[in-house]
Amino acid sequence: MSSFPIEGVPPGRPSAETRWRSLVGNDRSDRVYRNVLTGLALALPALILIILGVLFMGALPALKRFGPSFIWTSTWDPVAEVYGAAPMIFGTLASSFLALLIAVPLALSVAIFLTEFSPRWLRQPVGFVIELLAAIPSVVYGTWGIFVLIPFLRAHVVPPLKAVLGWTPFFHGVFYGNSLLAGGIILAIMIVPYIAAVSREVLLAVPGSQREAALAMGATRWEAVRSAVLPYGRAGLIGAVILGLGRALGETMAVTMVIGNRHDIGVSVFQPAYTMAAAIANEFSEATTHLYLSALFEVGLILFVLTVVVNAIARILIWRVARGQAVGSQAL
Amino acid sequence: MKLASDSRTVGPSDRAAQVSQTVRPSDRPTPVLESRAYNFWYGTNHALHDISMGIPRRAITALIGPSGCGKTTFLRSINRMHDLTPGARHTGEILLDGASIFGPGTDVVTLRRRIGMVFQRPNPFPKSVYDNVAYGPRLNALAHARELPDRVERALRQAALWEEVADRLREPGTALSGGQQQRLCIARALANEPELLLMDEPCSALDPIATQRIEELLVELKKSYTIVIVTHNMQQAARVSDYTGFFYVGNLVEFGVTQQLFTRPSDERTEAYITGRFG
Repeated sequence: MSSFPIEGVPPGRPSAETRWRSLVGNDRSDRVYRNVLTGLALALPALILIILGVLFMGALPALKRFGPSFIWTSTWDPVAEVYGAAPMIFGTLASSFLALLIAVPLALSVAIFLTEFSPRWLRQPVGFVIELLAAIPSVVYGTWGIFVLIPFLRAHVVPPLKAVLGWTPFFHGVFYGNSLLAGGIILAIMIVPYIAAVSREVLLAVPGSQREAALAMGATRWEAVRSAVLPYGRAGLIGAVILGLGRALGETMAVTMVIGNRHDIGVSVFQPAYTMAAAIANEFSEATTHLYLSALFEVGLILFVLTVVVNAIARILIWRVARGQAVGSQAL
Repeated sequence: MKLASDSRTVGPSDRAAQVSQTVRPSDRPTPVLESRAYNFWYGTNHALHDISMGIPRRAITALIGPSGCGKTTFLRSINRMHDLTPGARHTGEILLDGASIFGPGTDVVTLRRRIGMVFQRPNPFPKSVYDNVAYGPRLNALAHARELPDRVERALRQAALWEEVADRLREPGTALSGGQQQRLCIARALANEPELLLMDEPCSALDPIATQRIEELLVELKKSYTIVIVTHNMQQAARVSDYTGFFYVGNLVEFGVTQQLFTRPSDERTEAYITGRFG
């Protein structure tokens, strides 16, 4: 270790701040570049506000005419110019809930397998393929739903379901093919990759020391996952599920193709239903009157607010785990 | 770096002779744990060379040595924490009460119940103080539900934490101070009533006052437990331990009664380390 001639530095040396200024300060192209980037970055949040504004303006006539009863009335009659969105709101929530019911156990199993049990060489390929599911275009899922899923349900799933659970209102009546059940299953397949990918990130963020603590206490690997890893990541895992819910609420094409598109509230999953996104996609071109169009705008506004709120909650929960703040029972 | 040239002085057989020289067998009670020519590899990295030593019962054994010398690797071998490390393998034996911990009849879950471990950084679960301590007994079905509160209290008293947390058992363990968290982790380990307690630099993340409390606690605990502690801090080893093993580049250079090892080390590398010439 030879000594470094620090003494040789002249006393009037410019501070780091001054040197940084001299590097970035005065160049014209730098200024232009910075301003362009700042403008572009601000454009995105602005866009959200603009969309919200446009939806609100468009929905104004319907808002004035029907007031809050738009949300809980069921009549959707373009001829009589009476609109109520309850069946679509119900259909959106019901199909998304059904999708979560199917997708959550599946996606969590995948995430737990990949982070805790899978051999190392298998992690990358399996994770990659699952994320690839998210890249398949929605309309392809819809087509697959019509030609593969629905015939399969009709032949192999609905008969046993009816035989066992046919007495409950949920599995009552005739299976129409295009139905809440088909929509829920398609949605489930589509949101599994999101929930699995985020859950995997959350589980990877759980410190190894938590696993070691459990193992050193005499836990088996499964017990360590159940009693230490999952509780630690709980908030983030809930966030992952809600993120999946956000996706399911807004998904349009595939659901429109298999859910049946009927303005009706039915408890049975065998019946056709409607979602907000499907209604907008289907009816926008037919909306000939001012009020009809405005009613669709209001449906869009409801959907927009719902998904933004759901996604915001999801993000906050995931951040808390990623930043290691989800410790303690105050997490939720 | 001067030491590299000195390593020629001691071959495996010399070292074995030296290790037994330092302490005569009669000085030591029967070991609860015995390591016999234990070698360990991370992939191709030969991390431990022919470690042979006995851990005496109801005493504190300190493992000291510079970073990367293998003391933590050895500690983690004792409760088979390396089972999940990819590429890890070993030769030789480690015996707990005369039975191999690697033997086909040894269940690793039972083994870890019998050998508690406290880690470098406090790692309480994000559960209540009570649930942290009750974790082991619940997991291993060691106590009936109605005996559980007594068991938790006993463990917390043994860990000298009861007075401080008696009225906040329902609060999250992660809300305690660092030193309290580490004592909570000790209580959690004790609730399993282990035969052997392994501690991996348990004070390295703590301030001097918290460190002192843990050291007092260790001296108290050795009345009923056998403790192996890895430490970077030679003063700590000298203060609390009864026996000390000095590890250097994967070898157990010297093992003996602490006072003897610190005042009259028989190996020049030990002397160089404890007098602060390297490390």
